[in-house]
Amino acid sequence: MYLTAGIAIIVAMALMLARAIVGPTVYDRVLAVNSFGTKTVLLLGVLGFLTGRPAFLDIALLYALINFIATIAILKFFRYGRLTGVMSDENPAREELR
Amino acid sequence: MSMILFFAAAASDAEPMMEVTGQAASVAIEILILTLLVATAVSMIRMRQLFGVAMLSGIYSLLSAAFFVALDAVDVAFTEAAVGAGVSTVLVLSGIALTAKREMPVDRRRQLLPLLIVFVTGGALVYSTIDMPAFGDPQAPANAYVGAEYIAQTPQDVEVPNIVTAVLASYRGFDTLGETVVVFTAGLACLLLLGTTLRGGGKGGRD
Repeated sequence: MYLTAGIAIIVAMALMLARAIVGPTVYDRVLAVNSFGTKTVLLLGVLGFLTGRPAFLDIALLYALINFIATIAILKFFRYGRLTGVMSDENPAREELR
Repeated sequence: MSMILFFAAAASDAEPMMEVTGQAASVAIEILILTLLVATAVSMIRMRQLFGVAMLSGIYSLLSAAFFVALDAVDVAFTEAAVGAGVSTVLVLSGIALTAKREMPVDRRRQLLPLLIVFVTGGALVYSTIDMPAFGDPQAPANAYVGAEYIAQTPQDVEVPNIVTAVLASYRGFDTLGETVVVFTAGLACLLLLGTTLRGGGKGGRD
């Protein structure tokens, strides 16, 4: 059963990969990478149960955190063009005004 | 399967039949992951749009992290996920911001030397694996000296399911602490160089 679930997740990963390769817009690719990270987390969980060691679940949770941070960083980069010191700015339109 | 899993499988009192099907299943999943890795790598080479390549490199890191976990190298997988999928994607994006959006095709003749270097390096690496001891060899240096002690003592000493974690965090705790300090200092230095000072306290105000 876990094997079937794992293969299904890998098929879903292949679909995400296809979207990341083909995807015409930036957002297709960002979304593909984000869901790919989610699929990785799921695959790690399934792998843990497959090898009979559910302790892998902790690792999968940490991956979810890393994936979230990476997606935030990419989106922030696209919104502001850089990564540092923009969170305090309520209105990004002021950037252009100054 | 890595050495640790080999010992864990040998030590666990699960039914042998279950163990075999579990191993076959994880080998099947490993082969599928490797197939996806190859597909990602080939499309990274063929793609000309640099943003797509950066996203694909993030996918590549996530895949190889999953593969490392499947091989039971959890600590390597952590590093790969944090550095590969997190930090280096962002670094590559910052690099793209400084250069063009698309990659120019390279002249055929200029591709020959890098290809040669890659083949020589790969050949040397494959050649060096010939000298390595056979998998699971009890006489191998990794299993013979202090490794056997770790494997025997970890369940009583540390009570952590993964022996590598026990070695890194407990037996060689000071070593890991030193490494962490070095990496933290390097990260701080990168932050200082890359510019939290661009804003607010900077001289010009704008970057």
